[in-house]
Amino acid sequence: MVSYSELPNPAHNTGDAPTQLELKLRRKARINSALRYTVLAVIGLIMVYPLIWLVGASFKTNSEMFSSPGFWPSEPTVQGYIDGWKTSTPYTFGHFFLNSLWIIIPKTIGTAISCTLVAYGFARFDFPGKNILFATVIATLLLPNVVTRIPQYLLFRDIGWLDSFLPLWVPSAMAGDAFFVFMVIQFLRAIPRDMEEAARVDGATTLQTLIFIVVPMLMPALISVCLFQFMWTMNDFLGPLIYISSVEKYPVSLALKLSIDTTEAFAWNQILAMSVLALTPSLVVFFMAQKYFIEGISTGGVKG
Amino acid sequence: MGGDSKYLGLWYVSPYIIGLLLFTAFPFLASFYLSFTDYDLLSTPEWVGMKNYEKLFTRDRTFDKSLKVTLIYVFTTVPLKLVFALFIAVVLNYRLKAINLFRTAYYVPSILGGSIAIAVLWRYIFADTGLVNMGLALFGVEPINWFGDPNTALFTITLLRCWQFGSAMVIFLAALQSVDKSLYEAAAIDGAGQWQIFRYITLPLITPVIFFNLIMQTVQAFQEFNGPYIITEGGPLKSTYLLPLYIYDEAFKSFDMGYASAIAWVLFVIIMVLTLIAFWSSKKWVYYAGDKRS
Repeated sequence: MVSYSELPNPAHNTGDAPTQLELKLRRKARINSALRYTVLAVIGLIMVYPLIWLVGASFKTNSEMFSSPGFWPSEPTVQGYIDGWKTSTPYTFGHFFLNSLWIIIPKTIGTAISCTLVAYGFARFDFPGKNILFATVIATLLLPNVVTRIPQYLLFRDIGWLDSFLPLWVPSAMAGDAFFVFMVIQFLRAIPRDMEEAARVDGATTLQTLIFIVVPMLMPALISVCLFQFMWTMNDFLGPLIYISSVEKYPVSLALKLSIDTTEAFAWNQILAMSVLALTPSLVVFFMAQKYFIEGISTGGVKG
Repeated sequence: MGGDSKYLGLWYVSPYIIGLLLFTAFPFLASFYLSFTDYDLLSTPEWVGMKNYEKLFTRDRTFDKSLKVTLIYVFTTVPLKLVFALFIAVVLNYRLKAINLFRTAYYVPSILGGSIAIAVLWRYIFADTGLVNMGLALFGVEPINWFGDPNTALFTITLLRCWQFGSAMVIFLAALQSVDKSLYEAAAIDGAGQWQIFRYITLPLITPVIFFNLIMQTVQAFQEFNGPYIITEGGPLKSTYLLPLYIYDEAFKSFDMGYASAIAWVLFVIIMVLTLIAFWSSKKWVYYAGDKRS
C-alpha cells in the first residue's frame, strides 16, 4: 500500500520547520512500519518454527520429544541419525540418496536440453501449426496429470519400463513439463534478437546460433529450470510410488514412507532425523541460489 | 528467420511433439476409452458402456463421500491460501529494510512443502501430544485430537498447503511492485484512505495475477495426494479420502483400471468446468493494462 514517506516532502525543498500535519503523517508512517514488522515477524516465526523444531527434535531422545514444545534438546543425541541411517532394509539411507540423485541428474539435464530446443523453436521460428502447438503447451499446463496417469502406466508396462527410472526420465527429456517449456519461451521472447541475426549474417547455422549465442543468454532461465526440477524431483512421491517397486531402487521419498511403515511406533527420532536429511539437499540448493527461484516464479507466473 | 526452410522450427520442437503425442495426447484419449471398460490388467479391456459411470453416480457411497471431501478441501484451501498470500504480499510491499529476509523466510516452506519429510513432520506436530497441542496448552486450550476427529483431520492438510503460500505470495509481490507509484500519489493527494487505495487501485491492477494464481492453485488442489496419503491415510472415516487417493487405490491396489479412469475423468471434467467458468467470468473482473474497458 501507499506509504506517506513516499509523498513529496515540501519541508526538504524549503528548509522550513516541519508543519503540524507533516509531523502527524510521519508519526503515522513510523507506526505503520512498526506494525508491519511486528505482523511479519510473528507470522514468520510461526511459519519457520516447525522446521526449527524438527531439527531440534531429531537430536532429542524419544521420551523427550513429546514432552516439551521447546526445540533445544536437553540431552542431545545423534542416536536417531545412527539408527535411522541403517534403516530396516539391507541398504543404508545413503543408498536411497544415491538413487534420488540418479533419478534427478539425467532428468534435469534432459529437461534443460529439451526445453532449450523447444523454446528456441517456438520463440524464433515460424512453422505450420505453430499456434495450435503453442496452445497445447498452455493446455498441458492446465491439464491435471491425474487423467493421463493410468494409460501412461499401462504404456510403460507394455514397453517393459516398470521398476526402472525410465518412466521418470523420458517424459521430462521430451519437454514434457509444460511449465518449464513455457518459462523458457517467455524468457527467450524478452531477449532481443540482434546478436542472433548478426551471427546468422556471418554464416552461423541456427544450431550454432542456439549453442553459442542463445544458450549463454538463456543461462539464468535454465538455472531456474534445473533448480526447480531438482526440488520437484527430490520431492516427487507419486511417480516413484507407481513406477518403482523394488526397495533397491527406492528414492528418498519412498524410503521415508517405508520407514514410517516399518519402524516401531516408538522410534520417532529416527524418522525425524531422516526427514531432516531428506530436506537438507533442497534447503542447501535453495539458499545457494534463491535469486533464481524468485526470478523463475516471477517470469513463469506474472507474464502468464 | 529468413531463408530457412519453413519446417526448420518444427525440428526444434519435435521432441515436444513426440512427447505430447506419446505421453499426453495418447494417454488422455486412452483414459477416456478405458473409463468405458472393465480392465483388471490381466485380461484385455472389456467394453462395458456407461456401467462405470452409472455405478459412480448411483451406487458408490465412497465416491459420494470422496467427492464431497474433495470439494470442501479445494474450496477452503484455495481461498485461504490466496487471501493469506495476498495479505502478506501487501504487508511486505512497503519500503521495509528486511523485505528480502522475510520473503526468503516465507518462501522456504513452499520449496520444502511438497516433500514427504514435511508430511512426516505434520504427522508429528499434529499428534495428540505434538507441537501444536503443546503450543495450545500454553494458552490454556484443551488438546485437540486432530487426526481422530473427521472435522479437523482435513483441516491439517489445508493448513499444510496454506503454510506453502510462498510461491503465490512471490507472484503477488512481483505484481504489487510493478504497480505505478504515481497512481498512489495521485489518489493520496485526492484524499483516498489506505483501504480505498488498495480496494480501487491496487486490487484491480493485480487481478491478472489473482486470476493466474486462482487457476493454478485450484488445479493443484484438486490433485492433492501426498498430504492425505502420508498424514492421515484418508481417515478417519474417509474424511480426508480425496479423489486422487481413491483413484490411486482403485487403479494400483484394486487394479480396477477402468473404474479408476472413470473417476479420473469425473475429476477432470469438474476441474475443466471450473476452469472454463473462471476464464469466462474473468472478462468481468480481470483488468489487463492497456485494455480500453473501464
